[in-house]
Amino acid sequence: MTAPAVQPSWTGRLRGRLVRALPPDQLLPDRQPVYVSSWIYVFGVLTLAAFLVVLVTGGLLAVEGPQWWHRSDAGHFVNSLHLWSVELFMAFMVIHLWGKFFMAAWRGHRAMTWITGSLCFVGSIGTAFTGYLIQSNFDAQWISTQAKDGLNAAGIGAFFNVTDFGQMLMWHVALLPFVVGVIIGVHILQVRKRGVVPPFELDPLDRVAPELRSQP
Amino acid sequence: MTATAGVRVAESRERPEKWAGRTREYDLVKEFVAALVAVSLLTVLLAALFSSPDERQITISTWSRAAPNDFVLTAATEMDGTSGTATYGAPYTHTPDAAQKIGPVSLQHIAGVTHPIDTVHDFVVGPLTSVPADPTLAAALSQWSAATSTQQQAWAAGYDDALTKAPDNDPTKVAAGDYGPIPVMLNRMLTMAQSGGLDGALLAQKQFFAVDYTKPLLFIADGSYLEDRARADHLGGDQWGMMNETGNYPGQAWLWLYTFWYQVAPFSTSGNADALVWGLMALLTVGLVLVPFIPGIRSIPRWIPVHRLIWRDYYRAS
Repeated sequence: MTAPAVQPSWTGRLRGRLVRALPPDQLLPDRQPVYVSSWIYVFGVLTLAAFLVVLVTGGLLAVEGPQWWHRSDAGHFVNSLHLWSVELFMAFMVIHLWGKFFMAAWRGHRAMTWITGSLCFVGSIGTAFTGYLIQSNFDAQWISTQAKDGLNAAGIGAFFNVTDFGQMLMWHVALLPFVVGVIIGVHILQVRKRGVVPPFELDPLDRVAPELRSQP
Repeated sequence: MTATAGVRVAESRERPEKWAGRTREYDLVKEFVAALVAVSLLTVLLAALFSSPDERQITISTWSRAAPNDFVLTAATEMDGTSGTATYGAPYTHTPDAAQKIGPVSLQHIAGVTHPIDTVHDFVVGPLTSVPADPTLAAALSQWSAATSTQQQAWAAGYDDALTKAPDNDPTKVAAGDYGPIPVMLNRMLTMAQSGGLDGALLAQKQFFAVDYTKPLLFIADGSYLEDRARADHLGGDQWGMMNETGNYPGQAWLWLYTFWYQVAPFSTSGNADALVWGLMALLTVGLVLVPFIPGIRSIPRWIPVHRLIWRDYYRAS
């Protein structure tokens, strides 16, 4: 007589699936392919580090509210930290993006890595833009009254009102950072799952047929 | 199945997802911690050295005191329906043919009027009705409300025209004429604005806790004072202003391509420039996301061998 088969729990199934998809040595490897040796690789991790600094400095601004930095030297300094961390974040991300473009980093079933990376770039532009809108100073007045024309012309302004300070504040501190954070998370998991794209000569497709060389 | 297709399927199935060649030590966590420390220090250094811009906002009060003639002229255009907001179209007004188009399609029109604004009532008459203990103003408002819309338009248009022709658009130098209650209404409007009352009146028309600055911002933007200040700070649309910031700060440099299109024809001369530029940028954004699937674009990295520089250590060793 055999014991009845035990149905694995939802938790067990999820754990098994996660471990199969991303085993620990693949999630946090301590070795990389020998070709992973270039300064360009640093810009990915610099982008991630800058993103964390952006989140922390933005969080500090949020503690005292959107007007704090106008009336306090400490608040103004924190605002400066937030501004410059955003500038660094965007600069690192653009260099990272161009580096990955010239590596054709979408090769070897890595298209989703590229797609999530480019979506992160687009989402970050939107997040930074809403940050400029909620400065509650002359810049914010001018940018909002100008940007409304483009958004209205595209039909977006009917629902995404850049002159509504409250709406833009919520988008900037809650919705967009959440979306960008999730995309960054998926992007990093994609990198770990697929590994770092090899030089063209080491790509199996490059040694097969010329017409297949650009397959994602 | 062709031979090539067969090879493709075989390669797809056999493709190793994990690198099976030579490896080297690489401490990801150490690299991340070092990067975090470096970026944090660099951020502190940049913030300490360069701070951040914070040019004070324009209030309706400061505008009306600094440029009273521009303020009254703007209010006059709100009254006769010729201001930027009054003629804007969706999402603020139902002005026919005002919405921008891409070819025959107007997404602006399709999206509809979701933030309706009646410039006469919302910007002028409404705020003035909240002014207490002013019999002259009360009489002027009564005269306005009792008049037909044709009469109202004749008064407002006549006054706007006369004010435009007056030296320096000075309300005290307007030629004599039948403008009904308009001069009194706009005079009180100026007084109310200079005292700071109009800022609050435009913001808190419906609720106590107000966070929607659409009406005061649109009203300020209808005047020329805001734009004059912006152009002095190199923020105008034809000054690549979209990516600039007040002072000598980098601003949103990543918007360079978006800004670029506004500087060149046909966008720079088109009445549908915003719709066309946004449509083009939407298309280019989709293209960026889908680069791996676009023949030609995805092959550029093979034609321009920047990768030889990126992987030069590997190539040198092999």
